[in-house]
Amino acid sequence: MQELPASHRTTIAGCGRAAVFRAGEYVMREGDPADVFYIIRSGSIALETEVPQRGPLVLETLQEGDLLGWSWLFPPYRTAFDARVLETAHTLMFDGACLRGKCDADPGLGYDLLRLFARVVIERLQSTRMQLLDVYGSVAGT
Amino acid sequence: MALLPAPELAAAGGAMVPLWYRVAGKRRETHDTWTLTIEPDAEPMPRFAPGQFAMLYVFGTGEVPISVSGDLTGDGGDGPQVHTIRAVGAVSRALCALEPGAWLGARGPFGTSWPIAQAEGRDIVVVAGGIGLAPLRPVIYHVLAHRERYGRLVVAYGGRSPAELLYVSELEHWRGRFDVELDVTVDAAGAGWRGRVGVVPTLIPRARLDGSRTTAFVCGPEVMMRFTASALRDAGVPDAAIQVSLERSMKCAVGHCGHCQLRELFICKDGPVFSNDRVESLIRARPAL
Repeated sequence: MQELPASHRTTIAGCGRAAVFRAGEYVMREGDPADVFYIIRSGSIALETEVPQRGPLVLETLQEGDLLGWSWLFPPYRTAFDARVLETAHTLMFDGACLRGKCDADPGLGYDLLRLFARVVIERLQSTRMQLLDVYGSVAGT
Repeated sequence: MALLPAPELAAAGGAMVPLWYRVAGKRRETHDTWTLTIEPDAEPMPRFAPGQFAMLYVFGTGEVPISVSGDLTGDGGDGPQVHTIRAVGAVSRALCALEPGAWLGARGPFGTSWPIAQAEGRDIVVVAGGIGLAPLRPVIYHVLAHRERYGRLVVAYGGRSPAELLYVSELEHWRGRFDVELDVTVDAAGAGWRGRVGVVPTLIPRARLDGSRTTAFVCGPEVMMRFTASALRDAGVPDAAIQVSLERSMKCAVGHCGHCQLRELFICKDGPVFSNDRVESLIRARPAL
């Protein structure tokens, strides 16, 4: 968030507080109301989903500096995946409902925040597309 | 079958005639990948440089190019010849089925090598995907054997799943060293995996590289190398300091047959190791329809 204007950072910080999660704890569960997001300061968190007959699969792991949670931005405000802590995670937790109200009141803040989240979404989408390519899968050879 | 003695064979055919080798050791790496240690029957052990390859020949089946993947830092660089092979076709499956004591043919060394000596004094970043760690392992051995000549040693390794990672005991060893920054990620994992899940280019920004003093050595599937080179550029590493190893259908290994030709380049002879500024546009181009 360093690139945001100081005034916007101050506004966002007003909706945030520190939160610590221990290894094995779930930060979010699939289907829960999505009204918060996190910035990970240290530790590691796995995004997972339960696959029938295969058990939970880890889709991605997030670490220091990563942003967790964007379902709070758009209706129906439902969490899409489980987020399970792998290593004790120190985070900054932000109240999404509080921020949505502030964004509605200040479109400049809303624009900056959406740009920030859009960049994260694009990076994750590109990574997901690479994963879908299955570049290490079996190939015909000699 | 009547065979000429090895020296006469070599003299008669030069680089095109395989010499007799024996499998001295075999180790399973993953469900479809084995590491073979081979020794020449009568000839002195050839001297390979990291990044070079041999043509391994299973009698009656065929011949494939396989990079050297062992420790070449011993006296004269003539330690045992080690190859890690993934069973993906008739010849590689036959190679992986060979047991200690079995005979095979081998030609080489062929191709260009990783320019490790030119990277002395700089930070070294090794980025490997899947079996691409095999041709890069000699680079890691070399840097560790001459640790005082290099700056940081960053190793970023990506695989399909935890079960398909190569050299797991060595990865654990390297991770335990204070002078190696190892990061491993997989594309998918079950809940029991405590490491990273994600694609290997995402490891690059986390390494916080000083692009102006970094030389990167990259090997893996071509798509992975393209995205990794892009991430390295974003980190400030110029294309001239990014070395990649290309793979094409290599048959003769000496630039005669043309099977591995990529525009003006013969991968077997001009490569397989290239600086990215030389090949980036070639591997990005779509083949003509």
